[in-house]
Amino acid sequence: MDKIDEELLETIADLHGVPEGSFNIRKNGKLLARNSDSDVEIVSKKDKDGIDIIVKPGVKGKSVHIPVLLTVGDFQDLVYNDFYIGENADVTIIAGCGIHNDTCGDAVHDGIHTFHLEKNAKVRYVERHYANGDGSGKKEFMPVTKIFLKERSSFTMESTQLGGVTYTDRKTFATVGKDAQLIVKEKILTDGDERAITDFKVNLRGKNSRADIVSRSVARGKSTQDFHSNMIGKNECFGHVECDGIVLDSARIISVPKIDAVSPEASLVHEAAVGKIAGEQLLKLMSLGLTEQEAEDAIIKGFLH
Amino acid sequence: MLELKQIGYTVKDETGKKQDILKGVNLTFGKGISVITGPNGSGKSTLIKILMGFEKPTSGSILFDGEDITGMSVTDRARKGFTIAFQQPVRFKGITVKKLLELACGTKLDTDGMCECLSAVGLCARNYIDRPVDGTLSGGELKRIELASAIAKGGEVFLLDEPEAGIDLWSFEDLVKVFRKLHDKIVIIVSHQQRILETADQIVLFENDKVITAGRKEEMFEKLSQGRPLCWRIGQEN
Ligand SMILES: Nc1ncnc2c1ncn2[C@@H]1O[C@H](COP(=O)(O)OP(=O)(O)O)[C@@H](O)[C@H]1O
Ligand SMILES: [Mg+2]
Repeated sequence: MDKIDEELLETIADLHGVPEGSFNIRKNGKLLARNSDSDVEIVSKKDKDGIDIIVKPGVKGKSVHIPVLLTVGDFQDLVYNDFYIGENADVTIIAGCGIHNDTCGDAVHDGIHTFHLEKNAKVRYVERHYANGDGSGKKEFMPVTKIFLKERSSFTMESTQLGGVTYTDRKTFATVGKDAQLIVKEKILTDGDERAITDFKVNLRGKNSRADIVSRSVARGKSTQDFHSNMIGKNECFGHVECDGIVLDSARIISVPKIDAVSPEASLVHEAAVGKIAGEQLLKLMSLGLTEQEAEDAIIKGFLH
Repeated sequence: MLELKQIGYTVKDETGKKQDILKGVNLTFGKGISVITGPNGSGKSTLIKILMGFEKPTSGSILFDGEDITGMSVTDRARKGFTIAFQQPVRFKGITVKKLLELACGTKLDTDGMCECLSAVGLCARNYIDRPVDGTLSGGELKRIELASAIAKGGEVFLLDEPEAGIDLWSFEDLVKVFRKLHDKIVIIVSHQQRILETADQIVLFENDKVITAGRKEEMFEKLSQGRPLCWRIGQEN
């Protein structure tokens, strides 16, 4: 592990060196380090690139780190990770990806993540994407996340894109079973010519299923963001989608939320608000002695906190 | 000393017709508490905003310790010691009470520091520090936090626009204590409350016909009790 690796790891996973507990660190398409134990087993896939992460039933309070580093250009890293979370288990999975590209070739990470939660299982999934490097090569993420939630299970996804990512197209699919719930907190920051697309498709299938998707985004420079969501209520269920965007300079945010109450018992809500920072917010902070620029930065930082 | 000389504020309405909100205002604020009172729409908040630099007066000048600050920016006034508590507190998505107070006082705050600011306005720090300053707080809570941010910032000139609005009557005494602590500063409070008027050294009365009268408390109380229409609110609790 060199200095760049360490910096990336710290940014995407708050890691200082090798983590405790189970982990799998992948760098430039190869395994860098792994720790698998009897509670959380990590095994390489045989048929394609990727790993299976198997959390045994009833395992509680464990964390699993599976960061990915990309520090070369001209490289497309395609990886399949499948998570099997046993009944009554309760774990935190931290899965950031950092790209450092100083070259003129493109660095692309496609992570296909599939989660299978058994009855009453609980997962907090934290995913951070970040890129840096001075090369003209692109730094792209194309993540696909598929989530299958059985009875009473609960999945919280906190996905954050911290900047430097030239292009991202993120797709998330979820099927929510009886009494199960999906919570998504998404945060995206784009600048310059960056472009980010995110797309959610949530199927509220079980009775009493719930989904809450909150997306907060800030677009600066000439960047553009597209937010799409499609929530389908097929049973007595509750779904809420909220897209909140701040645009600065000449950036754009386009929000297209769709809700479809197939069952008359479904209750689905969407809210969307896109606009510049409210003038009174800037004035309040300036009246505390901040310059306009400092006020803007503090508002954005708080918003994406 | 803060001096307003011939301050006027004129706006154009939708039809392009000019409307005077403030006209030829001459006022002097020294150290101590000045309370501005008067009916809704008489221009009290407008004056406060002009003093903080949110709005530029269309005529006249503002002198602070002899220096003309009429064209000075909000940031520079804040750094000179001007501190405002808004009539309607601003809500932020994501900024926590702790962060707001830290921005106000310009340094990181430990639990003791937080407690000091928040207990002055009757809030227990533990319950609030991590909460965002948004619609999940009640109107009264937001008002108290707004005031706490002004206290945390500190300064030489305090502009408090209806600080008591939405704060329950029993905590009035705490509020009055907060004002009293600022007695060696220039404190300008917009208020309708008898209890707050009583703490004043100077009372400034705004009326709808742009007439402004100012004087020492005793003097003004006498005027107000003469039963002229200006006593529109004295003695009334709202
Ligand atoms: N920029 C503006 N444009 C038009 N009208 C304004 C503007 N600012 C203030 N006013 C009007 O000026 C009057 C005084 O407002 P304000 O200062 O808020 O009164 P007060 O605080 O005494 O209740 C109100 O009628 C208000 O609508
Ligand atoms: Mg007012």
